[in-house]
Amino acid sequence: MGIGNSLWLVSPEVFLSISSLILLMIAAWRGEKSARLVTILAAAALFGASTLLMVLAHLPEFKDGASAFSDQYRMDAFGSTAKFLIYVAAIICLMVAPRFFQSGGKYRPEYPVLILFACVGMGMMVSATDMMTLYIGLELNSLSSYVLASFIRTDVRSSEAGLKYFVLGALASGMLLFGISLVYGFAGSTSFAVIGETLSGDLSTGPLIGLVLVLSGLAFKISAVPFHMWTPDVYEGAPTPVSAFFASAPKVAAVALTARVIIEAFGGQTSAWQQIIVFVALASIILGAVGAIGQQNIKRLLAYSSINNVGFMLIGLAAGTAQGVSAMMFYLAIYVAMTLGSFVCVLEMRDKDGNPLESLSSLAGLSQSRPGLAAGLAIFMFSLAGIPPLFGFWGKFLVFDAAVAAGMLPLAVIGIAASVIGAFYYIKVVKIIYFDDPSGEIVVTGHKTENGLIALMALLVSPLGYLTIPFVAPITAAAAASLF
Amino acid sequence: MNQLDFPILSLMMGLPMLAAIICLFLNAQAARWLALLTTFVMFILGVILWANYDIGGPQWQYVERADLFGNFAWALGIDGISMMLIMLTVFLMPICIGASWESIQTRVGEYMAAFLFMEVLMIGVFAAQDLFLFYILFEAGLIPMYLIIGIWGGANRIYASYKFFLYTLLGSVVMLIAMLWMVQDAGTSDIPTLLNYDFAPEAQTWLWLAFFASFAVKMPMWPFHTWLPDAHVQAPTAGSVILAGVLLKMGGYGFLRFSLPMFPEASEQFIWLIFALSMVAVVYTSLVALVQQDMKKLIAYSSVAHMAIVTLGLFAFNRQGIEGAVIVMLSHGLVSAALFLCVGVIYDRLHTREIDRYGGLASNMPKYAILFMLFTMASIGLPGTSGFVGEFLSLIGLYKVNSWVTLVAATGIILGAAYMLYLYRRVAFGELVHEDVKAMPDLSLREISLLAPIAAAVMWMGIYPESFMAPIRGDVGALVARIDRAAPEGDAHLKMGEVKAVAKDHAEGEAH
Repeated sequence: MGIGNSLWLVSPEVFLSISSLILLMIAAWRGEKSARLVTILAAAALFGASTLLMVLAHLPEFKDGASAFSDQYRMDAFGSTAKFLIYVAAIICLMVAPRFFQSGGKYRPEYPVLILFACVGMGMMVSATDMMTLYIGLELNSLSSYVLASFIRTDVRSSEAGLKYFVLGALASGMLLFGISLVYGFAGSTSFAVIGETLSGDLSTGPLIGLVLVLSGLAFKISAVPFHMWTPDVYEGAPTPVSAFFASAPKVAAVALTARVIIEAFGGQTSAWQQIIVFVALASIILGAVGAIGQQNIKRLLAYSSINNVGFMLIGLAAGTAQGVSAMMFYLAIYVAMTLGSFVCVLEMRDKDGNPLESLSSLAGLSQSRPGLAAGLAIFMFSLAGIPPLFGFWGKFLVFDAAVAAGMLPLAVIGIAASVIGAFYYIKVVKIIYFDDPSGEIVVTGHKTENGLIALMALLVSPLGYLTIPFVAPITAAAAASLF
Repeated sequence: MNQLDFPILSLMMGLPMLAAIICLFLNAQAARWLALLTTFVMFILGVILWANYDIGGPQWQYVERADLFGNFAWALGIDGISMMLIMLTVFLMPICIGASWESIQTRVGEYMAAFLFMEVLMIGVFAAQDLFLFYILFEAGLIPMYLIIGIWGGANRIYASYKFFLYTLLGSVVMLIAMLWMVQDAGTSDIPTLLNYDFAPEAQTWLWLAFFASFAVKMPMWPFHTWLPDAHVQAPTAGSVILAGVLLKMGGYGFLRFSLPMFPEASEQFIWLIFALSMVAVVYTSLVALVQQDMKKLIAYSSVAHMAIVTLGLFAFNRQGIEGAVIVMLSHGLVSAALFLCVGVIYDRLHTREIDRYGGLASNMPKYAILFMLFTMASIGLPGTSGFVGEFLSLIGLYKVNSWVTLVAATGIILGAAYMLYLYRRVAFGELVHEDVKAMPDLSLREISLLAPIAAAVMWMGIYPESFMAPIRGDVGALVARIDRAAPEGDAHLKMGEVKAVAKDHAEGEAH
């Protein structure tokens, strides 16, 4: 494979990198007044990258995927599907941002630029087939995220969120790096394929520790229990569009990355990683549910909800089959719609002067002051809880189907029973919206963009979503098949 | 496609769905009228369904199928049992809307939308021919019911709505895992195919337990019934009507449609469990009903006792038992709905459900007293009313299997008479001591038009039950044939006695 071919394969990342560098220049020369322009251009760049992605995926010569840069990077259906989700989520986070920041007069063109850099990193993550590419992608994404979390410099909570994220993220990166070096030491290579071949048969203690450390580092990134502690604080402190971003795009990237590492690099060591993933999945489901019960802040609640949902995705991964990975991808797609929808609803929680509200009590009686918004939020809550006929149920259905097919009945039974704990706090939100007397705090009507996005996401997770199954299922199946 | 050449079942699900969405955007009065009109059209569609149902024809009729969803299909179709339950649903729905006409004054559009959505789901549950479609519709009922109890319920509605939601959800989720396993084992989610698929007996045990967890809560069987009194007491009148009238029947329908024919061996294996829980339910909940001070709670506990008769009849494994159980379900659907309406009538006037606050209603509300008397008698199971037919058949079926269980179950009828008559005496007879009770007007035309159709149906089912038994006869026969291989041996070993010589001589002597 020549360098030209390799560059062609990474063209979405190349395109995004060049675009973000240009936008950075615009931001530097034109200053803050260019914020709006840069946002639009950034969204256009992401749209362009998605188009490139689709073109690449549909080229006949790359039908089965292709590797670039001496097996450091792989363009395949799995990566393309994940990237598409990431780009869409990022576009939405760009769309809602200006209005949020403008109310405080703090919007700066660096926001879209940082989102673009994060997207480049995430693209690298999901396509990495080498520990080095993985680490570079991860760090590029993380560094952008740290800055995004503390984007409102004057806000103490935002700065705290950024700092906390940075310190804990650095710790996780350290663990990951240490794990990678151990694995490299025993396998003699950083390439997933070579690691997978070398580490077959019984695993000795050294690479086992390496495996555990790599998984710990990744668990931090997907905010799975027991490495979830940063999530509620960061989601609460970060500006809401940034929280929405953290809950969607990087989550997709990290979960997809974890799946690729596990299947490609440690595919032969099922017994070694499976018990870890099973534990992490169940712990995330249960802790994500229990932790959310006492929360009074909707962003913290959604943070726990994301922990809870990651647990369900990992059940698909724990099955270790193509069906399981396919279920996980479908779950991710639905999850992105649900969680972005919920966060856009949170964005609409403003008092009369346009200041953002975050406490659950301010939602009281929302169904009477803002029936549309209330219905949207209720749909997202029921859907996140996985109550049929809403489409969130389908994600759970698929991952449990995969677990049952893999013969992991106890996991499926415990997991689904624990989902009832989660249902409690979701219906608590619905109770506050529909049953309680109006607090009258949220009266301002939302912006067209926000309302439109909520309506679109609500429609996707409504029962109409089931009609998309015949179209999405082959895509996720192809994505999963490309890993095996 | 079917005998009507158009997908009537999809229409019956689409129409209320559409109306529900429109209701959300209408003002109160328009929403009421639209809901009433829709449910009335639905009733007419139900009548068309029944009129065109081919008794003795193919087991599954009005079948339609569209492979819309990849893993599962939009597959609908009904047999006689489903049809009778759908009839019950469409019959009760206009009455529910009518019952809420004046008592619901806040957020009427949303209320009507919730009820219409409920109707979609109930019809869907009884008509679904795909296992996963069934599950989705079965579970989806939680959302509108949660909102109905929580928004328009009584003082303690939040607790009741949580309890209802989480209790039934916990019961159902394990059933989903069992369904996933079943579909992977059998390779199809088509219910008619699964009905004739033989699962390994060891697997049946677990599958049966998973389904039992769901249906026992929904039914509800003792000791999983505790959500029911709370939900009933707090729900608005129409909510109680739909809960007692149709939602509880989903549990019985589940046993009938899934547990028995799909896992016959396991059903036989767990017969002791069903009998034990049902016997406790009959006696214990009847006794609990006897000491209730709250009318709705009393009727809620009586529902648990009646549902125990249903489970006993179903697990008798014979024709009388199962036919009786279906009739009890239908009858209880009508009678308990009517009783809740009766409570609603006087609750609307005095805003209390406490029995002691009433008394002597027979003198100032004679029409009410007559109708209330009729439904009380039907609940007790007086011959000539629907209650008698079902209970009598169930007990006959049960008697063939186990006389001791029948003995205990039959005390339920005596206890039922005790608590219902005691209730009636305290509410309708005696002196009119309370001034405010004295001032209560008799039934309005609206209330009569709600109760009279139910009274007519109760009498019809009691006097000429054949109308209701003819459609289900073939399907019960198919079910009995399916589960016959696992049917338990009866404890009564009847022997034909020796014909006595004296009698013979006597007979010959007469001939001479």
